[in-house]
Amino acid sequence: MTNREKYNEAFKSVLGVEEGTLESLEYMGIAEWDSVGHMQLIAALEDTFDIMFETDDIIEFNSYAAGIDILKKYEVTL
Amino acid sequence: MEIKNFLFNEIGKYGANVALVEDGSQYVTYQELAQRADRMAEHIGRRCLVFLACRNVVESVVGYVGCLRNGIVPVMIGADIDAELLGDLLDNYHPAYIWTSSKSMAFTETEVYRDNRYSLYRTAYVQDYKLGEELALLLTTSGSTGSPKLVRQTRKNIAANTHSIVEYLDIMQTDRAITTLPMHYTYGLSILNTHLNVGARVILTEATLLDKRFWNLFRAEQATTFGGVPYTYEILKKLRFGRMDLPSLRYITQAGGKLVKEMAEEFNAICEEKGYQLIIMYGQTEATARMSYLPWKDAARKAGSIGIAIPGGRFSLIDVNGDEIEKPDVVGELVYRGENVTFGYAESRKDLDKPDENKGILHTGDMAKRDEDGFYYVVGRKKRFLKIFGNRVNLDEVENLLKQQGIENVCTGKDDHLIIFITDQGQEKQAVDFITNHTGISRGGFAVRYIASIPRSESGKILYSSLVVE
Repeated sequence: MTNREKYNEAFKSVLGVEEGTLESLEYMGIAEWDSVGHMQLIAALEDTFDIMFETDDIIEFNSYAAGIDILKKYEVTL
Repeated sequence: MEIKNFLFNEIGKYGANVALVEDGSQYVTYQELAQRADRMAEHIGRRCLVFLACRNVVESVVGYVGCLRNGIVPVMIGADIDAELLGDLLDNYHPAYIWTSSKSMAFTETEVYRDNRYSLYRTAYVQDYKLGEELALLLTTSGSTGSPKLVRQTRKNIAANTHSIVEYLDIMQTDRAITTLPMHYTYGLSILNTHLNVGARVILTEATLLDKRFWNLFRAEQATTFGGVPYTYEILKKLRFGRMDLPSLRYITQAGGKLVKEMAEEFNAICEEKGYQLIIMYGQTEATARMSYLPWKDAARKAGSIGIAIPGGRFSLIDVNGDEIEKPDVVGELVYRGENVTFGYAESRKDLDKPDENKGILHTGDMAKRDEDGFYYVVGRKKRFLKIFGNRVNLDEVENLLKQQGIENVCTGKDDHLIIFITDQGQEKQAVDFITNHTGISRGGFAVRYIASIPRSESGKILYSSLVVE
């Protein structure tokens, strides 16, 4: 699996969303991506890429797109 | 108790103090709050029932204060309530008015007044019911499973609990509470009540703790306090709360479920180091809001305890025969006595003039013990319910809701983790969709699992203990 596939998989498995909707996903934009969903998504991504997010990155991770930029800081290229 | 200086009746005296701040752009003084609140209430003009669609925004507080200052009885509901649940509540309670920011919620075209984003809609219901003389406010018990059951709170209840909380938390006029909980939730509402009562400031936001905007507002408005349910503390832990720089913070509170001892100890240590205080509390909507607190000076040596009864309240423990337990460290049902014990429930509008059914005594349904120093510890529950992210979820109720959808199931689990066992694998998606869309239980708060059949005893009783919960 490529990094992008792994990234997508985390969203799909945690939030139960379809591949086609990923690009437009935003925090609090759907019922599943609430605080609880966000905590689980962060944990899933940390496991997947073996990283640990900084506080600022957790609270700035407010969309599917923003997450891609944030992961670059952790040397994960999607 | 004579109700002198009832909440909000005299808030005008705080004049130019800022009562509400919303997202750093709107500042509302006490004088303005009182005026806007009364203007809204004037358009209602009589004592009647109003549905109040709660959001952490200025107009929502304006409506609430307007009702309470003028003897109008609000039913506090979340603005994001499921349409079907709202329909049930409307059918059951026939409110005279609805105060909401969403036209679709009103089910009527008759807008009689507007204050910025909120409108007052008059309904077409004929009032065929009476409101009890002392009734002040109606709150849902869970908010999650959407039962139409409401708790009947009186002016005396709210005044007593507010004054007690202000006293034991030592809330000051210089305090600035930032919202982390909705105002239709008793804990969130008590934070609003107590701060407005002393002329302090409430910083309103709908951003969550996982949103950068929350922390920007926190720092810009110099929040001194906030409250959290156990899950809030999970979030704070993930955000490495101990490493955050929050110089204005004075103390944090916790209620809405049991914070496990390890977490309490971890946060005690952080607060100790940073110069904050962590006040663990315990309460129920049936007791208006709060029943106990753990004083900060005892936090370390009594970690895991819910503390002692609040000023004006008293705890006791009873055994299965209803007799009071005198010895320490013996588990019994926790019973609370105090002026904040509410009158009881309403299941429909016909119950709104029922008398005081509790008479100041609340059987909490929680099993607890008391140590030699008089500190209480909750050890379990008498009834089958869980706390999911601070909201009470009755397992039997969830089972019944799913059964009504044709899904054979049993529910079990632990706090923040409901497990629904279904016997037909093909219904998993249906079950997930139903719970997510119709109960307000967050997707991350439950799991659906498959079992071949529901384990039962010979007499047909469900054997919950044989279900594997991890």
